[in-house]
Amino acid sequence: MKALSQKRRHPLAVIALLVMGLLLTGVLYSVASTANQAKADTGFSATDVSEGQKLFVANCATCHGMNGQGSASGPSLVGVGAAAVDFQVGTGRMPMQMQGPQAYRKPPQFNADQTRQLAAFVATLGAGPSLPDEAMLDGKGDATHGGELFRVNCAMCHNAAAAGGALTRGKFAPSLAGVEAKHIYEAMETGPQNMPVFSDANISPEGKRDIVTFLKTIESQGSPGGADLGSLGPVSEGLFMWVAGLGVIIAFTIWLTSRTS
Amino acid sequence: MSNAAPTYQPPTKVGRIADFVDQRTGLSAVTREFGRKVFPDHWSFMFGEVALYSFVILLLSGTFLTFFFDPSMAETHYNGAFVPMRGMEMSVAYQSSLHISFEVRGGLFMRQLHHWAALLFVASMSVHMLRVFFTGAFRKPREINWVIGGVLLIMGMAEGFTGYSLPDDLLSGNGLRIIDGVIKSIPVIGTWISFFLFGGEFPGSAIIGRLYVLHILLIPALILGLVALHLIFVVVHKHTQYPGPGRNDRNVVGYPLGPVYAAKAGGFFFIVFGVLAAIAAMFTINPIWNYGPYDPSPVSAGTQPDWYIGWVDGALRLMPGVIGDVEGYRQHFEFLIFGQTLTLNVLLPALVPAGIVFTVLFTYPWIERWITKDNREHHVLDRPRNAPTRTAIGMAGFTFYCVMWAAAASDLIATHFHVALNDVTYWLRALFFLGPILAFTVTKRIALGLQRKDREIALHGRETGRIVRLPHGEFIEVHAPLSAYKRYRLVSFESPEVLPAQPNAKGVVDRKERRRAALSKWFFEDRVAPVSPAELEAAHAHGHHEAIESAPSGH
Amino acid sequence: MGNPSDGALQQGGTVATADQAGGRFEDPGIPPHRLRLADTDPKAAKRAERQVTALFVISVVGTVVFLVSYFAIELGKDSSIDTIRTQNILLGLSTAFAMLGIGTGIVHWAKALMPDHEVSEARHAVRSEDDRAAAVKIVDDIIEETGIKRRPLIRNTLIGALALAPLPALAVFGDLGPNANDKLRHTMWAPNAQTGKKVRLTRDPDGTPIKASDVTIGSAFHVIPEGLNDLKEGKLNAKAKAVVLLMRLNPDDLHITPGRESWSYNGIVAYSKICTHVGCPVALYEQQTHHLLCPCHQSTFDLTHECQVIFGPASRPLPQLPIEVDSDGYLVATSDFHEPVGPSYWEREYS
Repeated sequence: MKALSQKRRHPLAVIALLVMGLLLTGVLYSVASTANQAKADTGFSATDVSEGQKLFVANCATCHGMNGQGSASGPSLVGVGAAAVDFQVGTGRMPMQMQGPQAYRKPPQFNADQTRQLAAFVATLGAGPSLPDEAMLDGKGDATHGGELFRVNCAMCHNAAAAGGALTRGKFAPSLAGVEAKHIYEAMETGPQNMPVFSDANISPEGKRDIVTFLKTIESQGSPGGADLGSLGPVSEGLFMWVAGLGVIIAFTIWLTSRTS
Repeated sequence: MSNAAPTYQPPTKVGRIADFVDQRTGLSAVTREFGRKVFPDHWSFMFGEVALYSFVILLLSGTFLTFFFDPSMAETHYNGAFVPMRGMEMSVAYQSSLHISFEVRGGLFMRQLHHWAALLFVASMSVHMLRVFFTGAFRKPREINWVIGGVLLIMGMAEGFTGYSLPDDLLSGNGLRIIDGVIKSIPVIGTWISFFLFGGEFPGSAIIGRLYVLHILLIPALILGLVALHLIFVVVHKHTQYPGPGRNDRNVVGYPLGPVYAAKAGGFFFIVFGVLAAIAAMFTINPIWNYGPYDPSPVSAGTQPDWYIGWVDGALRLMPGVIGDVEGYRQHFEFLIFGQTLTLNVLLPALVPAGIVFTVLFTYPWIERWITKDNREHHVLDRPRNAPTRTAIGMAGFTFYCVMWAAAASDLIATHFHVALNDVTYWLRALFFLGPILAFTVTKRIALGLQRKDREIALHGRETGRIVRLPHGEFIEVHAPLSAYKRYRLVSFESPEVLPAQPNAKGVVDRKERRRAALSKWFFEDRVAPVSPAELEAAHAHGHHEAIESAPSGH
Repeated sequence: MGNPSDGALQQGGTVATADQAGGRFEDPGIPPHRLRLADTDPKAAKRAERQVTALFVISVVGTVVFLVSYFAIELGKDSSIDTIRTQNILLGLSTAFAMLGIGTGIVHWAKALMPDHEVSEARHAVRSEDDRAAAVKIVDDIIEETGIKRRPLIRNTLIGALALAPLPALAVFGDLGPNANDKLRHTMWAPNAQTGKKVRLTRDPDGTPIKASDVTIGSAFHVIPEGLNDLKEGKLNAKAKAVVLLMRLNPDDLHITPGRESWSYNGIVAYSKICTHVGCPVALYEQQTHHLLCPCHQSTFDLTHECQVIFGPASRPLPQLPIEVDSDGYLVATSDFHEPVGPSYWEREYS
């Protein structure tokens, strides 16, 4: 004890204390937030709903109406469920920057708590898809089955390697690289914007889990052949050969036929 | 050969082996012919070699692939290294392609090398043909070799397409389905050809095996034969050369085959191989594991053929199938003729643009010869600017091709430049007609402008950027005089004039001749003549003495 | 300056018609040879020699690295993607160095050390006049000796025989068995001919049947006929014609033409997924605009107007599959498609 009390006056002691304090706060916070997460799966508290309503009125009601009933500039949110809010707000698509053919993904405007509160409020407007079960997002499903489902149901818009693709009149299906498992799941569940709804009656929760597993597998393992050139298929390959391939070859031909000094 | 033993005794061991072979084959005649054969040196002459070397690399890597590839369309279940596909039902062809990619050592490298080499093969052939066209190297006596080159290009495309389909993956399977749809649109015999090709209904279980035979046997044999013929003609005609001092239609100036040219050309093979190997090492091509096995139900966004088929696919995309509104005026492009279906919305774009491109390509040497009535042999090339109309025609054709080429990527243009897919199509439809006209006009003006610049330089020398004040106060820029060699490069070209209609043997100017004369006018009306010695003399006399320091006389 | 050479635009862009009136420049001949550094400076020559050697050594190193990475890394069923990628990069780059080392070495050698005098060689006429005359004589003689001109009967019968000879080939290749149109016209959706049992719509790829209540507004189901997965032979052929896209809209949005009222069920509609252009799967459904887009050539179909073409190269609407609900609540096909699916073909209007 004596040694400790002596070292207490050491100039570095303040820093050590600070670090310890910060660490403790971090651990406590992470425990608390996991607890919150667990609570989110089961349901929302009354405070969540009331806080959510305040946020909604301030940020969303202009387009979606005071009670989410919709208006000329925004669809009704009755029955879209918490999952839709978590997807739209969590990926930054809502609030929209401006009216256009499609809402773009951007950094989220609300933090995790605020998003949860908004979701809690919208969930009270009418029954709809709730937030996905954590167990369905673990990426431990059947990647092969997920791949099959993905190719039949998703690849035609999102591309076989999930690199995205064009839709009509300025709309597009975004790339799925770097999208959180939760958001992929919610998008299938709710059919945001022009994406069709893949309800649990169409693709079961296990099927969705398989799709998420497949996407996360191909994303994490990367391309065995080296750089993937955007996974855009023959167009990027052809462009690469014409620009880089022929470019290098032409540089060599010029060197080859030039006179040495 | 006489029966008497030869008296020549070679002094060295190598010499003795050479003598042994020569006595039995007469190869010394070949060495005498080729050993010091002269080849002109210019970077733009190397693309034919790039194509040849890519083809050799294709043969080498392709042979490796045939050892492991199985073209069967029988069903099997995957159980290999690629986890997200284990347990999946697929064809043996697809399974063996995955096996080559993941479990054969060096297999993925060989597949990527093969595919990248294929892209380079067709690309270098195309650039080679552009070079030949724009420099007028197709003129007499090389018209036949130009046609052989055109056939080789088509063969290269066919070889590429058959190879692209072999892995039986989703991307190429949808490509085959498009081909099937195009074939079915052919009047009278379309359905029959489709059933014949696929051995029944699409997709059947025969097509991969049949394409395999075409890909590894028939088409490569044809390419090999045509390449041999092409090279024989190169030897017979000797290579063309760019205009310059000491170069004319009766000689060929360059480096002898042995040793310099042979070393450069031989070394270049290894360079092309090395570049392709580096690309294959670092860049994925045709990731069939992404696409999955062929299944008629799924499809991937961005379904495109390899680049050389792209322009035909683009033409298919550009054609409108209906014009008008759902509830208003409507014009379909599918017609009933005597109860039969004629589907012009597929037939027209599949046949007409390709027909135009290849017809013009194959007949152009004869068309130009007819218009110019130029029946001489040409071994000195035209600089593209010195044949403005030809260059403009070439650029118009190239633009026509590129518009269709871009159309094949319309969806990717839309997503990557954040424009609407439909707008991209509308713009490209307009450019399909306007682009070639625009390209023709602009190119011709640029070529004429460059010719004028050449005249300027030939007459007044090179601008030095040095400003000098003369004693009486005038500022002038000093022009450095050109050496006789450099000037000759700028003034030695031929500049044909309009050839008016001429009466034929009966003394009559017939309608065909008048048409030819009109075309000749269109061809050569706008021309910039080369500087003549008299003009140079005049330029010097015209108060430019101070600007042209000690100019050598132009004879 | 009044000189045609001053670059000013003259009428029609034409400059100077004097042409060769002013004579032509004389060819000054091949420019004098310029010596290279290595030709005059032994040090430079030695340096070039060392550089060439170094390039060849790089090639040797590349080959060694190739062999090492080939034998050191084994591939098998359990190889990870990382291993495969690593080996691909090692093999590829070592090959690249091995090849580029040799290639650049030889070229550098040729450029820096081999003689670089330009040589002029005379061209000769492609054809010699003697050969031509001799060849014409030989051909004439050959034709004369066959007597083909004097004996037209032989010639004509030979032409006839040659013309007929390919017919067996046509017969061999022309035998396609059953009527092609018949095959293209029928799919697995036709109710069983004996029992009259109607075919259920099932999910692709799992093959599980679909209840009408499963199909909520805005959803899109990719559908195959029941029993397709059990086919032993011709599964892909059957699937290539039978795949269907099932969607549910607000019934008010549908513009139904007379005669098709019973083809849909409460706003649930089923359309062939095979594009009428050249046969790609038209699978991109936009649930707000109700457009179907083909990813291959961008044909766009309006679902609210029975899949009429509104953009792109297709000319015909997608064929509709008439559906109803069976006693268990599952969706079934009332009948086969009323027209052939997929791209048009010549005999399409025959039935």
